[in-house]
Amino acid sequence: MAKQSEIRYLTPVSVDVKKKKYCRFKKNGIKYIDYKDPEFLKKFLNEQGKILPRRITGTSLKFQRRIAQAVKRARHIALLPYVTDLMK
Amino acid sequence: MNNYETVFILTPVLSDAQMKEAVEKFKTLLTEQGAEIVNEENWGLRKLAYPIEKKTTGFYSFLEFKADPATIDKLEVNFRRDERVIRFLTVKQDHFAFEYAEKRRNNKHGKKHEAKAPVKETAEKVENDVESEEKED
Repeated sequence: MAKQSEIRYLTPVSVDVKKKKYCRFKKNGIKYIDYKDPEFLKKFLNEQGKILPRRITGTSLKFQRRIAQAVKRARHIALLPYVTDLMK
Repeated sequence: MNNYETVFILTPVLSDAQMKEAVEKFKTLLTEQGAEIVNEENWGLRKLAYPIEKKTTGFYSFLEFKADPATIDKLEVNFRRDERVIRFLTVKQDHFAFEYAEKRRNNKHGKKHEAKAPVKETAEKVENDVESEEKED
């Protein structure tokens, strides 16, 4: 029982220090997301052109809604594709 | 009176003069309806992200104007009737959009060669954050 603390691992146990996610719009004080700037919106899409979830980007709900709105507008005017492969 | 902005795409088969004429047509239509045009931009011939009506390119035009809501109906009816217009999008500018548009306009007039400067600036600031997070995921 007392020897439990003497367990040794061959490789050092990697303790992941998780970086806290944050909403970049709140942090940088961006209030409006422009649908006319596809290069910026591409940061919130995956390779297939799907909108990334909040759980990955860390965006707050308020701005996630605005991203979604902007992306959908950009898709309508053909600045972003609806479906694609290997966008990046 | 509300603030609106509209983006519309014209077919690439038009000549330069025909394209300008089409843009002019919508501008006069707006002014006749009592709208006040605040800003006009011509993004030129751009590649579409996906084909529309079997066309892969189009002339993008952008207008900002002050108008009554009833004007929008008339404008959109005209967009639909005009065969030269392959896609259009009209958006009402809310408070934040209006502020952003003002900044964008001022930046554009200050240095005409870098029309997209204001957008890039904020985008780049954010870029680093996103990249670091993407690796983590």
